[in-house]
Amino acid sequence: MRASTSSLRSKDLLGIEHLLPEEIELILDTAEGFKEVSERPVKKVPALRGQLIINLFMEASTRTRVSFEIAEKRLSADTLNFTASGSSVEKGETLIDTAENLVAMHPEMIVIRHKYPGAPKMLADRLPNVSIINAGDGSHEHPTQALLDAFTIRERLGQLAGVNVSIIGDIAHSRVVRSNIHLLTKMKANVTVAAPPTLLPAEIGKMGVRVVHSLDEAVAGADVIMMLRIQLERQGKLSFPSLREYYNTFGLTPERLKRASSEAIIMHPGPMNRGVEIASDVADDPKRSVILEQVTNGVAVRMAVLYLLGGAHDGE
Amino acid sequence: MNLLITNGRVIDPSQELDATLDVLIEDGVIARVDKRIKARAETIAETIDAAGLVVVPGLIDLHTHLREPGQEHKETIATGTRAAVAGGYTAVCAMANTLPPNDERAVTEMIIAESRRNGACRVYPIGAVSKGLMGEALAELADLRAAGCVGVSDDGRPVWNAQLMRRALEYCTMLGIPVIAHEEDANLSDGGVMHEGYFSTLLGLGGIPAASEEALVARDVILARATGAHVHIAHLSTAGGVDSVRHARAAGVRVTCEVTPHHIALGDESVQSFSTNLKMNPPLRSAEHRQALIAGIADRTIDAIATDHAPHHFDEKNVEFDLAPFGIIGLETAFAVCYDTLVRSGVIGLDHLIDLMSCGPARIFNLPGGTLRSGALGDVTLLDLDAKFIVPNAFRSKASNSPFVGKTFHGRPVATVVGGAVRYDARAARPAKRKGKK
Repeated sequence: MRASTSSLRSKDLLGIEHLLPEEIELILDTAEGFKEVSERPVKKVPALRGQLIINLFMEASTRTRVSFEIAEKRLSADTLNFTASGSSVEKGETLIDTAENLVAMHPEMIVIRHKYPGAPKMLADRLPNVSIINAGDGSHEHPTQALLDAFTIRERLGQLAGVNVSIIGDIAHSRVVRSNIHLLTKMKANVTVAAPPTLLPAEIGKMGVRVVHSLDEAVAGADVIMMLRIQLERQGKLSFPSLREYYNTFGLTPERLKRASSEAIIMHPGPMNRGVEIASDVADDPKRSVILEQVTNGVAVRMAVLYLLGGAHDGE
Repeated sequence: MNLLITNGRVIDPSQELDATLDVLIEDGVIARVDKRIKARAETIAETIDAAGLVVVPGLIDLHTHLREPGQEHKETIATGTRAAVAGGYTAVCAMANTLPPNDERAVTEMIIAESRRNGACRVYPIGAVSKGLMGEALAELADLRAAGCVGVSDDGRPVWNAQLMRRALEYCTMLGIPVIAHEEDANLSDGGVMHEGYFSTLLGLGGIPAASEEALVARDVILARATGAHVHIAHLSTAGGVDSVRHARAAGVRVTCEVTPHHIALGDESVQSFSTNLKMNPPLRSAEHRQALIAGIADRTIDAIATDHAPHHFDEKNVEFDLAPFGIIGLETAFAVCYDTLVRSGVIGLDHLIDLMSCGPARIFNLPGGTLRSGALGDVTLLDLDAKFIVPNAFRSKASNSPFVGKTFHGRPVATVVGGAVRYDARAARPAKRKGKK
């Protein structure tokens, strides 16, 4: 029997680490309702009418920024997109000053993407009257990605508890993997991470995951295979020798996928490098790949997060 | 001008002294330490009743960044030495990474002149090892020594070129001063901002592995053995570093070392707050390293506690963790942090802590002070061990980048005497029982 809750404890969503399992359930359950909204002819509800949400994207993003913006519009919020280029950030304005100036214009929420870990927390600690939503901070967390991944797994497999999830790729530099490990272990899924030792961060096993250095070991018995993007600029330096060798050892190909259960689903947070971490035949496999479903679900999950945090501003 | 300090518990590890005694300072030097000193009233300019207080040789900091010349927005010699005396320090060693760096006589002379003019305590300059701290060519070490430098260091960065380190060590055997080593393999540190371990993984922050320090400590004790020179390891933070020093010392190598209060009091788990006042280099380490440092203190492998007082302006620290400069201030909290972490916790006795903060520093850098023997400098610190206080966000330092603000500690310096002159006096602020005093 699980506990249930009808609201989130914090005004902010900075990561998965400090969420309770029942809060995660609440967000996922709420997202189910919002998924239906996106299938209507008029894809809009008035939930956040009159609320101003600023999308503060200090680092490049396609999927996440667009997904948040669509989610905001479907909730009838007023949205404003702010990117570092072309702003006073280029003149040397600090993050705090930028944020405080934006807050002076009374937004209810700020969605922030930033290259440095802790930047969303820094804003949340200093801005008591605004909800801060982390849309990815360096290699730290990307909570809405983990939530949309969990939503997709739950939708496909019916539950999270007991599900075997293998995450393969650049574990060391991935915020997606950290948020996913927090979320999946809280929800009692079994998590395996696989990478060459040079792409694993220190003491990752302490996060409650199994660590392997073999793709074959990782896919055997997996219900969910989550491939992570390899940053092309890391090849030929100190992380791994070449893309060719990476593909040969950790690339997910149809042959290597044969070791997985025939029911296993394939996920990828994007953007993909076809022919590096994943073969096109796998990425585009209509029976197994849920990569585009993840994108669709991202809007519903972000609507749920915005809606639940937006409630904190009711009556203001 | 004479000063009589009466009825204090005098602890002087340099002469294994721990008793209720009076201390008489005449003309800036210790005249006598004895029971009930009766000096003719007209010769005593001032008497301090130290009943209930502990009287120790003035504390000496081997590792202070005073920032002057060049970065006076962070700290000046005037403000840094005021912070020092408020922390019970009667002397500080000023690190060389100023702007310009202290790599030539003119800078050393400026630091000494400004200290005499506006300093509240003694300032012993540390010269640079290399010109411009660039790690390429030796600075004029003999000239720096002649001008008053008591050691040389490129602190802030390692002497990466092993041949340069070897030559610096060899050259300094002629000068009788130590080479002070900031031990870090920059390739292993790889742009890291905190200790590499579980918490750097959790936070997604770049890690500085323990091996980054341990590898260079191992190299430098080997070079010290090869040259017969004295290498002093600055702000040691790792278990492997302590081991290297311990083994080298046992083999007769002239290696000494210091640890900071923050490395023994705080761990890398605290960085979860993302507070930039927890960012310093070397970084706060994990529990196993912290325990190894404390064990190294207990078995006297570690010679000194040094603050690595590194003031930064509020604006410089009020940024993302990755962007903030390394370093925290420490002069005004060092004694209390160490008293709680080491003495009240039962690791070592108070006399050992005084040795680490006063006698040890004087001994290893061959500085005057660190003792209350007759004829020694009249540098004395009075400690109130009963004081319990919360560190306020108000410092005599120009900076306030301390991780200890808001934390409760016990034991604090209440008066600091430099050369017989009272340079800091907070006795009036002591509560209760001493109300009757003037």
